[in-house]
Amino acid sequence: METAAGVTRPVPRASELTRPFWEACRRGVLLVQCCRSCSHHVFTPQDFCRSCLSPDLDWVESAGDGIIVTYTTIWRPQTPAFEVPCVVAVVALTEGYEMLTNIVDSDPAEILVGAKVHVAFREIAPEVTLPCFAVVAA
Amino acid sequence: MITPGTATIVGAFNTKQARVLPGETSSSITLKAIQGALADAGLELSDVDGLNVLPGLDYRNGSNAFGYALGIPTFWIGTAAPGPASVAEAALAIESGMCSTVVIASGQAQVHTDKDSVAPWTRPENEFVECWGLMTPAEFALSAREYMHRFSVTQEQISYVASVIRNNGHRNPEAVYHGRGPFTTEDILASRMIADPYHLLDCCTTGEGGSALVLTSAERARDLPNRDVRVLGGAWDSWGPSYTHPPTYDRTAMWGRKAADAAFARSGLGRADIDVYEFYDNFSWEIIRYFEAFRYCEVGEGADLVADGAIEVGGKYPVVTDGGTMSHSHTGESQRIQRVVQAVRQLRGTSAANQVAGAETAIVAQIGDVVLLGAV
Repeated sequence: METAAGVTRPVPRASELTRPFWEACRRGVLLVQCCRSCSHHVFTPQDFCRSCLSPDLDWVESAGDGIIVTYTTIWRPQTPAFEVPCVVAVVALTEGYEMLTNIVDSDPAEILVGAKVHVAFREIAPEVTLPCFAVVAA
Repeated sequence: MITPGTATIVGAFNTKQARVLPGETSSSITLKAIQGALADAGLELSDVDGLNVLPGLDYRNGSNAFGYALGIPTFWIGTAAPGPASVAEAALAIESGMCSTVVIASGQAQVHTDKDSVAPWTRPENEFVECWGLMTPAEFALSAREYMHRFSVTQEQISYVASVIRNNGHRNPEAVYHGRGPFTTEDILASRMIADPYHLLDCCTTGEGGSALVLTSAERARDLPNRDVRVLGGAWDSWGPSYTHPPTYDRTAMWGRKAADAAFARSGLGRADIDVYEFYDNFSWEIIRYFEAFRYCEVGEGADLVADGAIEVGGKYPVVTDGGTMSHSHTGESQRIQRVVQAVRQLRGTSAANQVAGAETAIVAQIGDVVLLGAV
């Protein structure tokens, strides 16, 4: 995605460790690491479990359901490549992990701390799909 | 031989600060800062055997490259972040005999040149962060929003802090935004929104400049011209790599508490013994957060603690007395050192404005880094 000013929006640069996550996003699937030893969900991806330190992690599908822990609406974009207003939020997934994301396709009045959200994938560039979230109607 | 609490700040200097310093580079302005601090201390470069120097954003190699460029044969290097942590670390190095005289310096110019974008140091590179458009004001807004929600704190209570700091800068002839006020809370709220709850005037500015400090032993300091400012205690506290994990209130609110506890324990001072509060003011709610994290009040009571003039000069807890990053200057990194420079000037009684009468002790804090200073 390139603006008139020639500034492009940053896209995730996957590592060996994180590639399964981003490839699944392109298929519309939200993956998360799960510890085979203690069932703790680990995000962002790392080499061992953050709870029991076991290196035995598996990729599992997340339900993509969560609530907004906190959010901010950005009115001054970091670069001209971002359209504003743009809502950045921390979402707590029902599996017990948190992720940073954008809230999309939601009535601004319903974007609140504690609001229920569900994952909403958005293709932002060829072969780049982000796991955004949308408020679920109460 | 280790003699706790004897390392002394003998030099403190800010170069001219401005939105742009034509003709300067990060290295040239860092050099001017070092020369200014050494002149202030009455010392020469040949006296220096320890460095913690950050020209521009050269985090990896700054001290090594600058030490070589300065022609110092070999030298101790500090690796703590510029500001309170670097002072605490240099004090330990001096007190344990690793070196005798340390220069801490940083300067930035020509770093933030593309004004269509926010400053480069505020744009994270992590793959799970950058794609969302996160930048420093938004990152700090996330925990501020959660705090407001949990404790029913209003936008007015938070933005009041920015009005106090900007008024300090308004009165300071050395501030980049000198004479731009005075500001009321309503003025802060009337400025355009950047990342709610933060308006433009709730946020730090960006500019150019350099700052430096010189530390040495108490014994050496006795022969030098300025009133001695001792490092009484200090520590630093981290919660993980910046811009990498969601900055929720639960993760960030008590950031620095352990450092403050350690610094106060070492110093023998109580919270109420502090005269000057040079807290890092990158965003308005942060000032409230420091008072809670450092146990000046219960969690959720900080907005009441700072209200009604308590943090103004003449109040119980005067904060950010030079105008801070919101009004004095914010260059990318050297502004961290400015907080220490200002604390030193308060304790010497030589503040350019907003002098706290009879100031003998100061706390300097930047996020999780804390140092306590006392005049001798």
